[in-house]
Amino acid sequence: MVQLKINQKKYEIEADKSMPLLWALRDKVGLNGTKFGCGVAQCGACTVHVDGEAVRSCVTPISAVEGKEITTIEGLSPDLSHPLQQAWIAEDVPQCGYCQSGQIMSAAVLLKHNDQPTDEDINDVMTGNICRCGTYNRIRRAIHQAAKTVRKQKEDNS
Amino acid sequence: MRIINGMTRRSFLKTSAAVLGGLVIGFQLPSSGRRIEAKSKWASADIANAFLRIDEDGSITIMVNHSEMGQGVYTSLPMIVAEELDCDWNDVRIEPAPVNMVYSHTTFGSQMTGGSSSVWTEWERLRLVGATGKAMLIAAAAKTWEVAAESCRAENSVVYHDASKRQLTYGQLTKQASQMSTPKQVSLKDPKDFKIIGTPVKRLDTPEKTNGQAVFGIDVNLPGMLTAVVRRSPVFGGKVKSFSADKAKAIKGVQSVIQISSGVAVIADDFWTAKIGAQAVEIVWDEGPDANLSTQQQSEQYAALANTPGAVARKKGNITTAMDVSAKKLEAVYEVPYLAHAPMEPLNCVADVRKDGCDVWTGTQLQTAEHATAKAITGLPAEKVKIHTTLLGGGFGRRAVPDCHFVSEAVQISKAIQKPVKVVWTREDDIQGGWYRPRYYHKLSAGINDDKKPIAWKHTIVGQSITAGTPFEAFMVRHGVDVTSVEGAENLPYAIPNVLVDLHSPRHKVPVLWWRAVGGTHNAFAVECFLDEVAHAAGKDPYEFRRELLASEPRHLKALELAISKSNWGKPLPKGHGRGLAVHSCFGSFVAQVAEVSVSKEGKVKVHNVVCAVDCGPIVNPNTIDAQIEGGIAFGLAAALHGEVTLKNGRAEQSNFYDYKVLRMDEMPKVETHIVPSTDKMGGIGEVAVPPIAPAVVNAIFDATGKRVRQLPISSEDLRS
Ligand code: FES
Ligand code: FES
Repeated sequence: MVQLKINQKKYEIEADKSMPLLWALRDKVGLNGTKFGCGVAQCGACTVHVDGEAVRSCVTPISAVEGKEITTIEGLSPDLSHPLQQAWIAEDVPQCGYCQSGQIMSAAVLLKHNDQPTDEDINDVMTGNICRCGTYNRIRRAIHQAAKTVRKQKEDNS
Repeated sequence: MRIINGMTRRSFLKTSAAVLGGLVIGFQLPSSGRRIEAKSKWASADIANAFLRIDEDGSITIMVNHSEMGQGVYTSLPMIVAEELDCDWNDVRIEPAPVNMVYSHTTFGSQMTGGSSSVWTEWERLRLVGATGKAMLIAAAAKTWEVAAESCRAENSVVYHDASKRQLTYGQLTKQASQMSTPKQVSLKDPKDFKIIGTPVKRLDTPEKTNGQAVFGIDVNLPGMLTAVVRRSPVFGGKVKSFSADKAKAIKGVQSVIQISSGVAVIADDFWTAKIGAQAVEIVWDEGPDANLSTQQQSEQYAALANTPGAVARKKGNITTAMDVSAKKLEAVYEVPYLAHAPMEPLNCVADVRKDGCDVWTGTQLQTAEHATAKAITGLPAEKVKIHTTLLGGGFGRRAVPDCHFVSEAVQISKAIQKPVKVVWTREDDIQGGWYRPRYYHKLSAGINDDKKPIAWKHTIVGQSITAGTPFEAFMVRHGVDVTSVEGAENLPYAIPNVLVDLHSPRHKVPVLWWRAVGGTHNAFAVECFLDEVAHAAGKDPYEFRRELLASEPRHLKALELAISKSNWGKPLPKGHGRGLAVHSCFGSFVAQVAEVSVSKEGKVKVHNVVCAVDCGPIVNPNTIDAQIEGGIAFGLAAALHGEVTLKNGRAEQSNFYDYKVLRMDEMPKVETHIVPSTDKMGGIGEVAVPPIAPAVVNAIFDATGKRVRQLPISSEDLRS
């Protein structure tokens, strides 16, 4: 039995401690927004936040995240209001959509650390997320746009 | 959420007009006033099934019979209906169609998605659906108001009678409309009156693809469902000789281990346990006849074959005499490897086989075939077998398998264990599992006369046939030539008087399949690169050379000239940079691309930008076109730069994204898309940007370095300076 805190809620997971977080989320908790793409930390489809940092859940055993704050795409915002989600919609980013949870979760951490990312900064972080449909240019535009929103929100609050 | 997935939606048949009292349209469509010939086989379908439903709350549900795999059909197809229906776009939602004859592809005859054909093949039918709905709503309003239908008009989901200033919404009218008889003829809009078609409409499925709510096949869960991982033969064509499941069964959570047609299935409580269990099964394989097959051996075999005459795909003039009289002759060999599709969502299928029925949830491109497969395995009557199409996490052809193996496996397992099951492929299963774009070997030769004009073109293609041995063979292989092997080569558009294109189709146990853009993925590479070689040998600019040879091909020419005019063709470039061009026509569309690249000292190729011009005829959604051009370029570029499955001892040597590399963000070029304004015949868009990118890049590398790449993926070793 492993206790996990996911999107502010506590879950008791009946599974071996070595089970990757990805499969606990999908098969045990029923949160299907986090996707399986490779299982070996190569594609980023399974990206979630653990204590605010991006983590590839396919290679993260549940034993390693006990007691930590786990956020999945379902917990990013309750109503599509995260600046990245808004920008994703404005730029109409997804095609098949399968990679997009992971893309957004990776980008969210990027923006948290850097609200004025250059193209290089975006490459550095987002190159870990594969999109087979090739939505990269729209992703890039959406991140720049969301960064603008974040900066504006900060200005308005200060 | 606007898309109702197969799990939660009410059965459309049950919620027909009789139950809801609303308007349901799609059977016995009338003919159009303007196009009387519109009557075709689907119009006489005898089932009262539907494409359009209007509920009393005003919501408009459009059934989409093509699969959404990213190409945007869940938006572009409803746009066509909405346009003629004159409804408020915000009222529109979609449902994936169940399997039914009425939803068959208008050209290919079964329910399927492929060949970049969804929009152009549904264009007329869906316009009729919308126009019929509108006519019946207007008729209903006219009857209610006791006025002539001609004095009413419809706009934004409302019917107006301007003279009496009365109006009723579609929701208010739908019950009455369902009582009206279907008109015998309806008129379609003049395209100049289009309000939705031709505008950049945002996808209906973007919100749910932005918050994790979108339901793909892999996300379907049923009560009591187990998960299976299948061990398939590591050697193509191999079979299970014997196996021991003891170690697997000892793992907590493994429920059973059974043999199925494709291998050994380990069935467990969850994916992770099933995967560990699968690894623990000890299997002795009968490796079959291809146990020693290697890439090296194939390459040698193909080279030998290319020196012998093949099945003739195209013959014009006399190639032998023309070669003899040529002032200058060129010969070159181009090679491309096997390629996996590697859709982002690994293959999967949920099946629930019961005594009284079978339900299958999967992201498939071939609904009718999957239905027939599930029916055959279960022995159930057709109406007891249901295929629920989920969203596809990428298709690219991989979810259009003629032998229906990913559905077959799930149905076999569920039938055996009498429980619902989800079969999930690992990425390793995907990359090593075959169904590749075939490996091809191209031998080309050309002759140029004293006027620097090409007068002879000989092209020999060697590679496995995709359709041989499948139900598609009957109409895709003619006189020993599989059209999918030669498309883009046999229809060479250039005005060369003597042409011979022939084909060898060696057989191997490696299963092969259509891979986004199919024949064009290798033929455009060979043809457009070799043509570039011929242009340089003739001392001509590759653009001018093509322009002259395309003088009587107006659609190629327009795309070419638009791409050139938007690029900086002929203008100076920084040192180490080069520009390359390619033109290609497939799926009824015409594409030209100019790529700008640079090559580093270490031989690393960077593609900086791509200017793409496309003539796909009249357009429905320019937003989709932009996205598909960018996506197609990314897909083709992945193959040009990285993609390769090699064989050793009959096995694939690559297994996951670290050795089967795909394009990543830092390699994505800037893409500029320009659409040729066109009233010509409508073509496809989902695949058409793929073929030109590899040759455009390779030609640009030649421009930058003087080195000619003739093998994909491009090797940086060969480009080191
Ligand atoms: S599934 Fe975790 S990185 Fe690919
Ligand atoms: S949108 Fe399909 S993989 Fe990214």
